[in-house]
Amino acid sequence: MSNNTNDIIEKDITTKEMTLSLGPQHPSAHGVLHLILDMQGELIIKADPDIGYLHRGTEKIAENLLYPQFVPYTDRLDYMCGMSNNLGYVMAVEKLLGIDITERGKYIRTIAAELSRLSGHLLCTGAWGLDLGAMSVLLYAMREREMVLDLFELLCGARMTHSYMRIGGVRYDVTPKFMEKCRTLVDWMPGKLDEYETLLTGNRVWMDRNQDVGVVTAEDALDLGLGGPNLRASGVDWDLRRDAPYLIYDRLDFNVPLGENGDCFDRYKVRIAEMRESVRIIGQCLDQMPEGPFNVDMPEIVPPPKKDVYKDMEALIHHFKYVSSGFKVPKGEVYSAIESPKGELGFYIVSDGSEKPMRLKIRVPSFCNLQATDHMTKGGYLADVVAVISSLDPVFGECDK
Amino acid sequence: MKKQAELVLIDRIKSKFPKAVVDTIVDRGEVTHVIEASEIVEACKFVKSDEELQMVYLSDVCGVDYHPRKPRFEVVYHMLSLKKNLRLRLKVRLAEGESVDSVTGVWRSANWYERETFDMFGIEFEGHPDLRRIYLAEDWEGHPLRKDYPLKGFKDDLNPNGIEE
Repeated sequence: MSNNTNDIIEKDITTKEMTLSLGPQHPSAHGVLHLILDMQGELIIKADPDIGYLHRGTEKIAENLLYPQFVPYTDRLDYMCGMSNNLGYVMAVEKLLGIDITERGKYIRTIAAELSRLSGHLLCTGAWGLDLGAMSVLLYAMREREMVLDLFELLCGARMTHSYMRIGGVRYDVTPKFMEKCRTLVDWMPGKLDEYETLLTGNRVWMDRNQDVGVVTAEDALDLGLGGPNLRASGVDWDLRRDAPYLIYDRLDFNVPLGENGDCFDRYKVRIAEMRESVRIIGQCLDQMPEGPFNVDMPEIVPPPKKDVYKDMEALIHHFKYVSSGFKVPKGEVYSAIESPKGELGFYIVSDGSEKPMRLKIRVPSFCNLQATDHMTKGGYLADVVAVISSLDPVFGECDK
Repeated sequence: MKKQAELVLIDRIKSKFPKAVVDTIVDRGEVTHVIEASEIVEACKFVKSDEELQMVYLSDVCGVDYHPRKPRFEVVYHMLSLKKNLRLRLKVRLAEGESVDSVTGVWRSANWYERETFDMFGIEFEGHPDLRRIYLAEDWEGHPLRKDYPLKGFKDDLNPNGIEE
């Protein structure tokens, strides 16, 4: 009996190569990711992401809408951080129009964009913990994310699909109550981030599951088109907020955290450090917030305040014109990119001089990040795939457009 | 300073490819070169390796349909230089049915971008390792981002509200 067992162990065990479908309905495949894995035993030979389950033809829809009408569709791209998508789109249109928004508008936008970075990274960290078996992190991350969503609700009434930014500024001014609550968050958040770090950073299981998993060198990261925290975790010192500053980022004091090894653990550390920087940025914006209008003074681009529309005939006509026929945008093409929580979010708009974009291409970071899955999981174990996917943080509203 | 960067982007490429650069457009601070389709891979290799440009990061590849203009399509490449902090746009113009060489040999990230362009416009990339649809189903007919593809799609059994072909 014992001889038989030894015989089996001493022989080379060869297994038939098999194909495993991870997703599109799988608790640890984010959203509707369908990974087709070619495996030899438990080793990954090839990982082929099959995407498109959430494709809604956003770019085709954009070609048939007026410029301001497309803002709500951008919320549904990366629905974890809708504000960043709003920002990317309105900035591209403003670049086409050649307008510069007001100081107060810029500050409000920066706060909103950084809050959405917090909300995106919090969910990423929480879901990542859950995927690797550290369930409590998700509960804590959700608690803080709730605070961020409450802030969004104070800002614009919506928690997920904000449509808060509009071409020429933002929809509503910030209220003193928002400022106060935001300040509370800024004071509260660093301590909470320490809490996550106590749970994860030194945790043996977390380290074992993430260190040296899904390693990408700096050259590979650039070649594969990784973006945002995933790029910086490989040690590439690049952040559009600092290197191609938009809004008021050139006036703010913040660091760009970098990783060294390019593994999942570094991607986690970079995200945590980025959240700390976001909190600092929000704090500085609150301190420096100037008075003044939050929209540009251009009636053809900015609709009148809603309360005037009910009382004033001129405002009603103005509102009607804005909603029904929009505004013409000069002919030309622009590519405008921002640093969204997932990476470089770019909008390439070709205008033919009419009220609707001739072509609108969205360069979505999740799509580009996901492309690296094969490179990062090859030769690893099936269990590592889960860590790699979580560390890439794909959101399928954005990836599938 | 800004102007100087523009000049570098214009001169380096124009002097290297005097014949292949069909047109150069500078608009809103963005430099665009329209390149002969046959030279695009050489141009991409050059902008990636050139000391003054170092465009190591391919941001995006996408198609644009200018129907009914002829040639109808444009394939647009957006690239980024991290060291020099420059952005550049290269374009090729293609008529319907024409194909262009794939730049997957220059940047691996072009793989999915080109698949997306193929899926949405039906533009074929010669030498692409794995050219198949990425978003739509394999048996999908037509290429939705073409201007002659209706928003509601074509009428068939599964899409009774579509437009008659």
